[in-house]
Amino acid sequence: MTMTPAPTKPWAASPKDRAIDGTIFLAALLSSYVVVFITPMKGKLAYFACFFIAYAILTTTFKGIQRGNAAAKDALINSLVAIGAIVTVIPAASILFTVLQKGSPGISFGLFTHDMSLATPTDPLSNGGLLHAITGTLTLMLLSLVMSVPIGILTALYLTEIKGRFTGPIRFLVQAMSGVPSIVAGLFILSAILYPITKAYSGLMGALSLTILMIPTIARTSEEVLNLIPNDLREAGTALGGTQWRTVAMIVLPAAKSGLVTAVILGVARIAGETAPILLLTGGGDKVNPNAFNGPMGSLPYYIWKSFNAGSPEAITRAWAGLLVLVGLVLFLFTSARFLGSRKVSK
Amino acid sequence: MTTPHESENQEMQTSVKPSSLADVANAKAPKVPGTAALGTGLETRGVHAWFGKHHALSNVSLDFAAGTVTALIGPSGCGKSTFIRTINRMHEFIPGAAMAGEVLLDGKDVYAPGTDVTKIRLQIGMVFQKPNPFPSMTIGENVLSGLKLAQLKVDNKDDLLEECLERAGLWNEVKDRLGAHGGSLSGGQQQRLCIARALAVRPQVLLMDEPCSALDPGSTLRIEETIRHLSDTMTIIIVTHNMQQAARVSDYTAFFLSDGGPGQMIEVAPTSEIFSRPQDSRTESYVTGRFG
Repeated sequence: MTMTPAPTKPWAASPKDRAIDGTIFLAALLSSYVVVFITPMKGKLAYFACFFIAYAILTTTFKGIQRGNAAAKDALINSLVAIGAIVTVIPAASILFTVLQKGSPGISFGLFTHDMSLATPTDPLSNGGLLHAITGTLTLMLLSLVMSVPIGILTALYLTEIKGRFTGPIRFLVQAMSGVPSIVAGLFILSAILYPITKAYSGLMGALSLTILMIPTIARTSEEVLNLIPNDLREAGTALGGTQWRTVAMIVLPAAKSGLVTAVILGVARIAGETAPILLLTGGGDKVNPNAFNGPMGSLPYYIWKSFNAGSPEAITRAWAGLLVLVGLVLFLFTSARFLGSRKVSK
Repeated sequence: MTTPHESENQEMQTSVKPSSLADVANAKAPKVPGTAALGTGLETRGVHAWFGKHHALSNVSLDFAAGTVTALIGPSGCGKSTFIRTINRMHEFIPGAAMAGEVLLDGKDVYAPGTDVTKIRLQIGMVFQKPNPFPSMTIGENVLSGLKLAQLKVDNKDDLLEECLERAGLWNEVKDRLGAHGGSLSGGQQQRLCIARALAVRPQVLLMDEPCSALDPGSTLRIEETIRHLSDTMTIIIVTHNMQQAARVSDYTAFFLSDGGPGQMIEVAPTSEIFSRPQDSRTESYVTGRFG
């Protein structure tokens, strides 16, 4: 009878390896402290920089002594990659932390049930809320989504599936448009529609300018996603007697679903915090405005901007609370879209 | 100078290999082509194909009698795949593609003006080299996808589903998990799923482009059995690089070759003859393994 051996991981780090790694870590920490102490450098940034440099040097030398040149290079590149990743995360984490720290005192239940029609930004925090801004921002997002998702995805389908005569120019235009500053989109709607035709602020005007900003993002990302769908699937659909449209609708789009959801998320991310076109086109009321086609409408970026401008401590706390709500809203939309997009595919 | 005796010996040695393949080819029951219910079959008349300026295929005229299996053999790049893609009009999807000649299905040119090309592809099904089940669909949905794509109606979908999977030799393996995703099957099962999918729209002709090249020997054998069964009810054209396979499954074999220029059909004959008494010396060199 043979005994089944216990599963082991011979490639895993031994306690000795761990001890060495820990020592290097502590040594790097210590040397960064010493360096900051004896040189004129000051502040958190100096500690971080010295620590990373010391850690990279120590691991590289140690691995070099232990295993030779190639291992030293490997360790150096490894630590540089790790440093790069950490440096990228620091600002994001720092922003989230600051927003949470400064915004949470302003969060209360009343914030989500009242608007500012009976309060001014300098009032105590118990008065008023940002219901009008939340509903306004959601309305703007919804309107822009309704307009830009079909146009963006149809553009991507033209570029990947139809590949007509205008593919080149359209791709060029879409790429150029994705760099359009938001104020330009705002001024365009202002001069092309708001001044000559409607002559009034409305949610729709703001949504139109946001649509201009969203379409290129959605179209470009969707194009890349659709290009990843293997041509085999299109051929298989056609070989089964499907027309091009039915093959695209039944096979290509479902296969690309989670990628398309990501494209839409990126589009929303592009516009969620846009302020300039909204200032120009939507104005910003203090009251919940259920009519997106007429009259100024509040929005979170506008609320944040206005509160900061008011300047009193209460107003500034309101602004931070508004930021926290905006960040939370975007995060919520992202996670739910990811969840919806991946639910069936991952099974 | 070789003595007569020596040259006879050499001849005997070279004839060992083809005769073994011919034995394989002969071991099958002879097939009587052309039962009326299957239509009158498929013919190509002087088919040429181009990719841009590159002349890929020259003057192929072949008859495929209804209910027969024809194997297309030949080295890579000799236009076999291009040829079968001209038959169900998939060739035209390649940018810059062009063709000449006629492809007659039941006597009607599939390239005639006014032909509904999606109907042609319903009558001439295709199985690809790499298994390509639709990733967003379950096993059952995959089999029936052709009906939805072509907007066909059937009375009893469950019966059709079972029948197609049965004919593709997959029913017993998947009957308990028709709701699972097609991607959860093994490569050989996926390819049989693709065959079942092609069968669901009831094609007259089935084109198979190296259907076993990505599969293990066991799956290959299953698919070859499937092909033998299917040939009772449809005309099958199979491109293969495996000469044993051509000998095992086909009634007729056509040899394609490109001598640097466009690919040409060198010779077509009943499979046993191609492997035992090829008329052309190039065919003999190829089937005896001297090149390619």
